[in-house]
Amino acid sequence: MATPDAVPKVELRNVGLRYFGLEGETEALKDVSLSVNAGEFLAIIGPSGCGKSTLLSLISGIVKPTEGSVLVDGTRVVGPNSKIGYMLQQDYLFEWRTVLQNTVLGAEIQGLPKQQATERAIGLLKRYGLAEFLHHLPRQLSGGMRQRVALARTLCTEPDVVLLDEPFSALDSQTRLALADEITGILRREAKTVILVTHDIGEAISMAERVVVMSRRPGRIKSDHAIRFVSEDAATLTPLAARGRQEFNDYFSTLWQELDINVGL
Amino acid sequence: MSDSKTVDSVERSAQYRDWLIRERRSRWTIRGAQFSIFVICITLWEVLPRTQIINPLFTSYPSAIWPTFVSMLSATPQQASILAHTWATVSATIVGFTAAMVIGIAIAAALWWWSALYKVLDPYLVVANAMPKTAFVPILYVWLGATLSIYGMSLAISLFITVLMIYSGFQGIDPNKIKLAQTFGATKAQLLTKVVLPGSIPTLIATLKVNAGLSLVGVVVGEFESANLGLGYLIQYGSQIFKMNIVMAAVTVLAVVSSAMYLAISRLEIAVMRRR
Repeated sequence: MATPDAVPKVELRNVGLRYFGLEGETEALKDVSLSVNAGEFLAIIGPSGCGKSTLLSLISGIVKPTEGSVLVDGTRVVGPNSKIGYMLQQDYLFEWRTVLQNTVLGAEIQGLPKQQATERAIGLLKRYGLAEFLHHLPRQLSGGMRQRVALARTLCTEPDVVLLDEPFSALDSQTRLALADEITGILRREAKTVILVTHDIGEAISMAERVVVMSRRPGRIKSDHAIRFVSEDAATLTPLAARGRQEFNDYFSTLWQELDINVGL
Repeated sequence: MSDSKTVDSVERSAQYRDWLIRERRSRWTIRGAQFSIFVICITLWEVLPRTQIINPLFTSYPSAIWPTFVSMLSATPQQASILAHTWATVSATIVGFTAAMVIGIAIAAALWWWSALYKVLDPYLVVANAMPKTAFVPILYVWLGATLSIYGMSLAISLFITVLMIYSGFQGIDPNKIKLAQTFGATKAQLLTKVVLPGSIPTLIATLKVNAGLSLVGVVVGEFESANLGLGYLIQYGSQIFKMNIVMAAVTVLAVVSSAMYLAISRLEIAVMRRR
């Protein structure tokens, strides 16, 4: 290998995935190649059922591709990997564990030192405004708070790559916008590599610096768009502020057409 | 929330006061009806045999049960105290449902671990559960002897339903919670101890409710056949010598025991559910 920069953080090489069932074979993904650089914030959009969530399961190592290979830091993924943090569509907090106990779940499973994990969890929860709720049960929290606990649980194992699978889909629209701002800020500050899957074009454009459009099943990569906001404050532009820019509307109509063509196929 | 509370304490609207009164009245009506049914049954049981409308030899009557119970408290050379009989039944029941829970959880966990095992055993479990287990009392007596056959019966009656209930609880765990644990690289043993078992606590308590009752049935039925101690034995003995006072006293104690057991489990349920 040449320089560390030459190796993409996450790379998919000609990945294909087929499901087998008694009624036949389903081709979910076909010949997907994609590479994501360290620190990049990528969004994947596509019609529902195009296999975009499956793509995350492949990267996380809980599903194995039937063709091709998935690499993280140049190493082939063969199973779940502590470099990867995966945030699912809902928080799936365990109702029998307190907020703090939920937050250290991943660290506990991975056998990380308990003391440090607990300290890190408390630090994260405090930063997300949950200091008073450490020993509360999940049912005592609002949807937005629960999702913040889920983020703390994901980051508590200190992953380099964070996979977000429509992390705001279960929230009401105000909470959704506020939390998108907050989570984007946190992930950018920590310089994580992020792959966001969403069906919301606005969310993709406002949060990510690169958007990939997928076709209908079997999912293939249809197009790849760099998102650039031309302004002096581009680096600190929050997703909510980005929605007010002219570029946002231009990207939106471009991506909308991309998706529309696919839907109309 | 605190706002509405202060409004309540300062002034309640006339309609709200009416609603509260009606609500309280309906609650008392239900309590009253429940109590009346009890009183009517006891009264009929007392009056009908005494007026010779039904033969007191067959039914005894409530006022005769208390003196019988008191006289049975002291042990005689031929007969142990009724407290010893009660304890024999209660302790066998506790052993029975504890064993059913432990073995049931272990079997359910094995079926969850090896799903092929479940697929193979499923029809046998369903048939075993549907079988009238009391038919096995004489067989267990021959196989296990006087004491062990009581535990055997208790287990035979409660184990299969315990396995089926707990297993279906395990199956009911949200697959996304399992997926979440898998994203952190959880092993199968971790999935069991960190997700499936703690997530099944409500099922375990529901199962305990069912199998405590069934274990008691198993113990009493087992005692009919094989014991010289226990409430089941006492019922059998009393009916053989045609002393319904003894039978009814034992049945009454049994009713108290099963109510106490039910209450204890309800308490446990409330205590556990408050944590969730």
